[in-house]
This record gives sequence, structure tokens and C-alpha cells, in this order.
Amino acid sequence: MADTRPRGRFSRRIREAHAQGRLVVQPRMGFADLATMREGLLGVRAADAAAVGTITLDSYTRVNDHDSARAALRTGAELNGFPLVAHGPGTTRRLLDSVSGDDFPVQVRHGSALPYPLFRAMVAAGVDATEGGPVSYCLPYSRAPISEAVKAWAQCCELIAAQPDPMHLESFGGCMLGQLCPPSLLVALSVLEALFFREHGLSDISLSYAQQTHPGQDLEAIAALRRLAGERLAQADWHVVLYTFMGVFPRTPVGSFRILEESVRLAVRSGSERLIVKTPAEAHRIPTITENVDALEFADSIARDEAGRAPEVEATESGIYEEARLLVDSTLELAPTVGEALIRAFARGHLDVPYCLHQDNANRSRAYVDPGGMLRWAEPGRMPLRVERGRTRRPVSAKGLLTMLGFNERRFDREQLTHGHLRGLQYAPRRPRSLS
Amino acid sequence: MSQVMLPAKKFVVSSVSSDAHMWNLVFLQLLLEEQGAEVTNLGACVPDDLIIEECRRTRPDALVISTVNGHGHLDGLRLIRRIRSEPDLVGLRVVIGGKLGVRGAENIVFAEELALSGFDAVFEADAGIDSFQEFLATLDGADRPALTTGAAA
Repeated sequence: MADTRPRGRFSRRIREAHAQGRLVVQPRMGFADLATMREGLLGVRAADAAAVGTITLDSYTRVNDHDSARAALRTGAELNGFPLVAHGPGTTRRLLDSVSGDDFPVQVRHGSALPYPLFRAMVAAGVDATEGGPVSYCLPYSRAPISEAVKAWAQCCELIAAQPDPMHLESFGGCMLGQLCPPSLLVALSVLEALFFREHGLSDISLSYAQQTHPGQDLEAIAALRRLAGERLAQADWHVVLYTFMGVFPRTPVGSFRILEESVRLAVRSGSERLIVKTPAEAHRIPTITENVDALEFADSIARDEAGRAPEVEATESGIYEEARLLVDSTLELAPTVGEALIRAFARGHLDVPYCLHQDNANRSRAYVDPGGMLRWAEPGRMPLRVERGRTRRPVSAKGLLTMLGFNERRFDREQLTHGHLRGLQYAPRRPRSLS
Repeated sequence: MSQVMLPAKKFVVSSVSSDAHMWNLVFLQLLLEEQGAEVTNLGACVPDDLIIEECRRTRPDALVISTVNGHGHLDGLRLIRRIRSEPDLVGLRVVIGGKLGVRGAENIVFAEELALSGFDAVFEADAGIDSFQEFLATLDGADRPALTTGAAA
């Protein structure tokens, strides 16, 4: 974290916890109705963990279909999150006032490519923090052209920057498509989006990275992210948020807790300040409040354990920093502004997210998981990367794709058969709890 | 793979309007292409109008809707009612699969309503892919849907 004074209470809370040697943990949690959303936030606040709150928005709000969200609120139809714009800033502010505070700031998580209406509502509601970015919320989550997303996100950043107490903004760039995007591109996109936020007046920001398939490689990637951020964001207050694996999730409870455990150890070992957790319900459905609280408490207990241990995982040395720096620098050379450079880079395939179907993504690059679990480039497309050509490369089959997507699912569920999980059982959260 | 060279089947693969998930669509495209099909993949968050327009343009053997964000029972229902209200699309073969609600195993309650509203088949989550493969096998002997013969409605 850079040594400048944090502005908002979200960053203040993160920095305070970090200074105490605590990892801040955060759920993904969103419910359509106010009472449940409030109960969920209170549950997280009461958790035995250094937790901050989350309000995850629903998919209608994400695509600016606020009428459908309103209709669902009227009819009681089930939504997959909290429709903030449909509830309105007044209602949201009252909700936040009743649960949040200096020790418990709340982040709104949304996934919207064109979020200006949402940002206005968030500013009016006094939201502490949010996340996204012109690439990370456009390519995977929308049909909006990148050029429009860049314009919209520039407006949003400037709206926040003009407030007396600017919201914290996190780049989601380290999470593209959740899996099968090699670390160097995740790092580069996170840094590029952070530079975009800086360009539009923000200095209270965070950079993200999502756990992939190999703990040593992830450690190397986060070190690269911190080094690049340190070099390029000297004037900002920034921290790193790690995401527990976002792809195909282990299906067994033990496998789920084991992958969560690995991400917690990675977060602590890499010096990350914040972790977004997942729960054992993940492979099956949206988790309950209790499941989220259990995951947070489990993560917190592992974090404390890891802080007192000798490191077990060593970072690989696969050149992630050099590759990411090359992608960042060569992209920035394409135009005088970061926003325009991002647009041009994707237009010419200079940045290319593997398998991403968005019409502005070249979709010529490919990645694979090697036998040792490292996530590697199979095909760079037109990106300026040197990729070792193997022997004859066959295009990936549907079954091959599923095998790669399921790499972590198998890796962690399989441990049930080998009793590798027994070590993890001593960290099971204390039960029972009264919250349901 | 097949011993007889049939004309390639055409599929439009799409998500629904509010669903941003992509891997399910990438997988389906590969699966269909491996069986010799031509696939137009519309990607994530596709508005109803765009799906309808694409079906008119490419006249597919089937429109394959895949959705996993839990809004499938809402968006899918609206989409199929739109499609079935278009006289030239009444005979279009349309199937939907994925995680159709937010209730896990209980999502199966949505399948019946979706089928009754006009989907030719509904594939819920885990059992989905095998049944979808069976559905594909039934297409091999089938005529093109009424859409291409102009006999609809």
C-alpha cells in the first residue's frame, strides 16, 4: 500500500486492519429485499473476522434494466441481488446508515459496463466503495462497445472525484472471465484500469487478482502486481484485493473449504490487504447468510494461522512481471490517454482475453493449464508476447475445455480421497450461531 | 464423425438478456462444432430483439439458450413468449438449459412453466448435458423446422 493518507473510510479500515496484521475478508452477498439485505450485512458485521460488508447487485440493475428490477420488487419475483437503483438512493442510504460505520464500511458490487445511473444513485446514497472498470466490466459482462464503456467509466470516475468524500474504486481487471486468463494479462489489465482511474482524478483505489490454478504462480503474479503498482501509482493510496477462485468450483464442502484455505494463505503470504471469499454453496446456488459468515470466519482463522507460519509455497519465476510490464507499456504507447489506448489495444488484438466472446475482443489468444498446474499461453494471437511453441497444437475440444475449466474442482475435491483435508479440519468455524 | 454427409446443422447459441456468463456458451459452441454444426454464438447479455433478428437471418435448426445466473426462469419466459408471438417463429425449435433459478436442485420447478410456454426442451443444470446430447441426436433424422419451408402459422 502506498504511503499516502487514505481518504475514504473504506481504505482507512483496510489500512488499519493491515497495520494490525489482519486480512480484511469480504463476502459476495446480495438479496433483493431490504430486510434480508440488512440481516445479511448485520450477520457479516457480527462475524468473528476482520470483515467489511458487501451489497451485490442483481443482474437487471447490471444491464440498466431497472424497470424489470422494479417489476420484480412489486411481484416478489426472485432476483439474484439487491436492485439498488430500483430501491432508490434514499432507501439505500437508510439501509447503509443502519448497518455501516467506520469499522464496517460497505462495498457495492455490480458488474455494470455503463454504470452512470448507478453511480449517481450510489453517490446519492453515500456508498463507501464500489468496483469495476471500463474493460473488466465491459468485456465479460456486456455487449457495450469498449469505447462506450470507456466514456461511461470516465464520467463515473469524474463524478466520484468531484465529491468531498470520494468513494473507493476497485479495478476488477485481475479477474477477467474468472479463469483461463494467464496472470500477466490479469496483472496488466488491473494496472491499466488503475491508471485509467488515476487519469480521471481518483487516488483512493485498489487492484485485484483472482486465484488461478497454481499457488506459486499466483504468488509470483501478485508480487508482479504490487511491484508494477508501486512503480506506476506512486501518488495514489492503493491496496490489493485477492479473489478466491472464481471459476468452476469444487462441489464437496471439504474441497470448497480447501480452495478457500489456499486463497487465504496466498492472500496473507503475498501481502494482499483484502480477500473476497467464496462458500461451499458456490458450485450449486447463491449462498445463504450463514454460509457466507462461516466462510468469513473460516478465512479469518486461516489468515491468523498463516501469519504465524513459515512460508510453504515459493513463488515461481516465470517472467510475469516482465510480461505484464510489456503489455502495460506497449498499450500506453498506442494513444495519449489510457482510455483511448485501451480501446486501440483491444481493436488491434494487442490485448486479447482468451475465449472472451465480446465483439471488441479479438478472441484469438488461447491459454491452457499445463500438467504442473501452471496457467500458460497456448496462443498469443496478436499480443506482443513470446510464446513457446509446443509440437503440433490441436484446437481445444469441448471436453478439453471442460477438463481445463474443472482443473481446480478436481484438484480440491480429489483431496477427500487422500485425507489431505484433515489438516484443514482444525480450522472449522465455531458453531452454533444464532443467525440463519 | 457421421458416416453420412448431411448438410451441416445450423445453431444459434445465446445467453439471455441479463446473464453475463460466458463459459457455458464457449463450451456449447465447441460441442456443436465438433459434431459438424455451424454455430452463431451471440455471447452474453443478448437482448430479445437481437436473438429474434439473428434467428430470422440465419434460420437455424435450433436456437439454443444457455443461462446460469438464476434469472433464466424470468428472462427465458419473456423471450419464449416473444418468439412464439412472432408468426414466422412459431415453428422455430428453441431449447433452454442451465441453472434456471436461484434455488439449486429445486430449480426444476421452473422447467414445466418454461416448457408449457413454448420451449421445445428444458435442460436443468446437472442432468442437462446428457439430455441435450440426446436432443441433438433426435435432430439428425428430423426435417428442418417449419421456418425454412415457410409453412409456419
